[in-house]
Amino acid sequence: MRGLLTRCVALHPGFARWRWALSGLVALALAALVLGAAGEVQAGASDSAVEATQPVAGSLAPAVIAPPELTAADYPSITGVNSRVTVWLVAQLHLWFAAFVLAVPIFVFIIEAIGMRTRDKRYDDMAYEFIKISITAYSLTAILGGLLLFSLIVLYPHLFSYLSRVFGESMFYYALLFFAESAALYLYYYGWQWLQGGFRKWLHLTLGLVLNAVGTTLMFLANGWVTFMMSPAGLDPAGLFAGDTWAAMHNYLWNPINLHRFIANIAYGGSIVGAYAAFRFLSATRPEERAHYDWMGYNANFIAILALLPLPFAGYYLAAEIYAYSQQMGITLMGGIFAWLFIIQAVLIGTLFLSANYYLWCGMGRSDGAVRYNRYIKYLAIAIIGSFLVWFTPHTLVLTNEELKALGGPYHKYLGPLGIMPAKNTAVNVMILFTALSFLFYRRSNRIATVAWVKAGNAAQLALYTAGIANLLFLGIYHGYFTNTVYKVAASIPQVMTTLIIIVVSITLDSVMYRGAREVAPLNWGRVPNRAQYALFLLAVAFTWLMGLMGYIRSGIRQHWHVTDVFRDASPDAYTPTLGYAANVVSMGTVLFMAMVIFVFWLSQVSSRKTPNAGFWKAH
Amino acid sequence: MSKVTKGLEIPRLLQAALVIGGIYLAFWAVFDLLLGQPIPRSLMGMYMFFVVAGVFMVFTATEQSTRELVGPIRALVEDPSRRALRNVVFAVVPGLAAVGVFLQMQPSDEAPLELRSIHPAPPSSVKIFGKRYDLMSLENPYRHLEKDDPEQFRELVGTGGEVYIRNCQYCHGDKLDGKGPYAQGLNPVPLNFQDIGTIAQLQESFLFWRIATGGPGLPKEATPWISSMPVWEKFLSEDEIWQVILYLYDYTGHRPRSWGHE
Repeated sequence: MRGLLTRCVALHPGFARWRWALSGLVALALAALVLGAAGEVQAGASDSAVEATQPVAGSLAPAVIAPPELTAADYPSITGVNSRVTVWLVAQLHLWFAAFVLAVPIFVFIIEAIGMRTRDKRYDDMAYEFIKISITAYSLTAILGGLLLFSLIVLYPHLFSYLSRVFGESMFYYALLFFAESAALYLYYYGWQWLQGGFRKWLHLTLGLVLNAVGTTLMFLANGWVTFMMSPAGLDPAGLFAGDTWAAMHNYLWNPINLHRFIANIAYGGSIVGAYAAFRFLSATRPEERAHYDWMGYNANFIAILALLPLPFAGYYLAAEIYAYSQQMGITLMGGIFAWLFIIQAVLIGTLFLSANYYLWCGMGRSDGAVRYNRYIKYLAIAIIGSFLVWFTPHTLVLTNEELKALGGPYHKYLGPLGIMPAKNTAVNVMILFTALSFLFYRRSNRIATVAWVKAGNAAQLALYTAGIANLLFLGIYHGYFTNTVYKVAASIPQVMTTLIIIVVSITLDSVMYRGAREVAPLNWGRVPNRAQYALFLLAVAFTWLMGLMGYIRSGIRQHWHVTDVFRDASPDAYTPTLGYAANVVSMGTVLFMAMVIFVFWLSQVSSRKTPNAGFWKAH
Repeated sequence: MSKVTKGLEIPRLLQAALVIGGIYLAFWAVFDLLLGQPIPRSLMGMYMFFVVAGVFMVFTATEQSTRELVGPIRALVEDPSRRALRNVVFAVVPGLAAVGVFLQMQPSDEAPLELRSIHPAPPSSVKIFGKRYDLMSLENPYRHLEKDDPEQFRELVGTGGEVYIRNCQYCHGDKLDGKGPYAQGLNPVPLNFQDIGTIAQLQESFLFWRIATGGPGLPKEATPWISSMPVWEKFLSEDEIWQVILYLYDYTGHRPRSWGHE
């Protein structure tokens, strides 16, 4: 270790000054390891306590924890406060902000790394501006987290008590990690201009990595608590918790939610900073300001699309796992009472794709060479809208009696089959492919390939897309409608692989084709219509609404259980609200969140404003 | 030549309107006239909303196209020489909207629309024939015979067919298409098992629960339920229910939802 330090000092004379900082980081990591090991020891202690059926001194978890059997009288009430709606809204607002502040450092880290590699300062400035937006949002996340905690303690004390006894240790680590998260974030943000150049920049990037590692761990911990309520684990057949916190954490739906939230957060974060760029673009007065925020908006949209592309697959994986965990939950989710909210979900997801594509099409106006590709827009639109119509076609229709008679039953003979998952999977894959094609045209719009094999390259691209789409249709139709469930669900994997392979091969081929390509003219950043900025707003609003809606569904499928089949909800609100009521609460939350986000955007502008104050201060 | 072509060009706004109208007519011609299965109004409304959105997205994707599209509208609003036409449009458009609203809100004798969930969520366990069944793990006790003893399996399917013809075909039809002799007297009409969206999407335990407990056994969480399905546990034995399930899948050629590889 000493030898390594000496070599580092020799390579970087400034290293000596950082030795202590590095030692601090190493110490922090060691402390985390020790705490982790302590947790293991403690869990082990709890295990042995089960046999003794006696609490172990010093352990947070008692030997055996039984779910309480409550009555309505066990739920405190505050006059004029609806407990369920309060916790619902506060939790959702906390989650929206948390998703945003966890996502921003992920792509800020990547953009900073790109800036370091290309030595293009614009990337560094953009990354800094992104993280600047998330700082205010970080405070709001913490405030809302505190509010959620107090709401649970005050309004649902028995539920919180039960969960804190099951997860006591992880909740303690969560609080400690929050300190680490805050420290890493503030060092990362406030040290940005300080830690510039050479080794300092590497140190700054490392801080970004630590920030992301801690943030993601925090999310995984909280996901463990949430998924335990859906698919409890670590319990004996009588529902008694024996003390194995890891088993409770590592429950059936933990990893599907981890994956889904990780990807969704990035897409969501991209959409929110896209909305920020749009806000600044629309309020900009100088052309260079418009150019800067146009560029920022483009990059944010790119991030959002990049994460949006694999998102339906992660969502499908989660839904399939819910179905596999419990047929009851699966049917409640997509065939029962929540099915209609899924239609709204499908509409919102389609809206995301439409907004993202529209932004790209409008953005082609930045290039003088785009005119060559404008004629293809209508074909892209036909494919995307066509797939979108299939994507949201419901299986069960809303019919008048007259229509019911005309159709001869509640299902449409030809449109009914589009209402089940194989058709939806095929449609969403086609939508993703054509969105990738929109991006490909956008990339090409300002460049002219100079390689001799342009025609052969284009033919290969055409063949690739044609064969890929044919394969998607074959997999969707044959496996989706003519084989049993296990193959039908399994067919979604080759479908995903087909889409991913086409995207990767196509972009690689295009990159080779356009290596050394001639630029038509310099890109005119800022030459983009205002309506494209509204598409960015729509993207952010649709994402927010979608997350609120799906968050409600995820939580709602537990129905009258706090912890599925283990801990019954006996509160006066232990019923599933009507779809309209739920949609209104989600919409109210969306409006509240967007208002807070606009406040955050406005706040980020205030710091740079100065008011002339001559005559106010005493002259010295 | 190019001048002549330009002279014949259809204005962009009219083009957009023609595309939208054309798509609407195409839906109507294909589904109503050709296939005899009209698209329900609720779904058509959703389809057309996004078709209109898509058409306007394409027509406003470039600056020139947008200018051409909104040019006539802007001229109508801003050009002083079009005052008379503007007044007419400003009177006719809200008038048409008012008529549309009036027609939609007009009281009618038709029963209100219902958001029915066709697939009720099963409970995790259910009491049938005096026993408690765990629906999460319940399997058709005869399904394994399909591989282990095909001859006996065929016999059971045949017995299930007899049970079906004696009891179920009056509503669900002898072709299992939901068109039995009594079907037209029921609302909602009986399920069509041939439809890929019905039994093909369900596990056999779900069918067992639905057949045994019928309409009265439907869960409370999404009431009010409407179903004329009898409580078959009062008329059939447990074996007969499992056998009729074998028959339903055998006749339709569907496979029950399962997580096992074949």
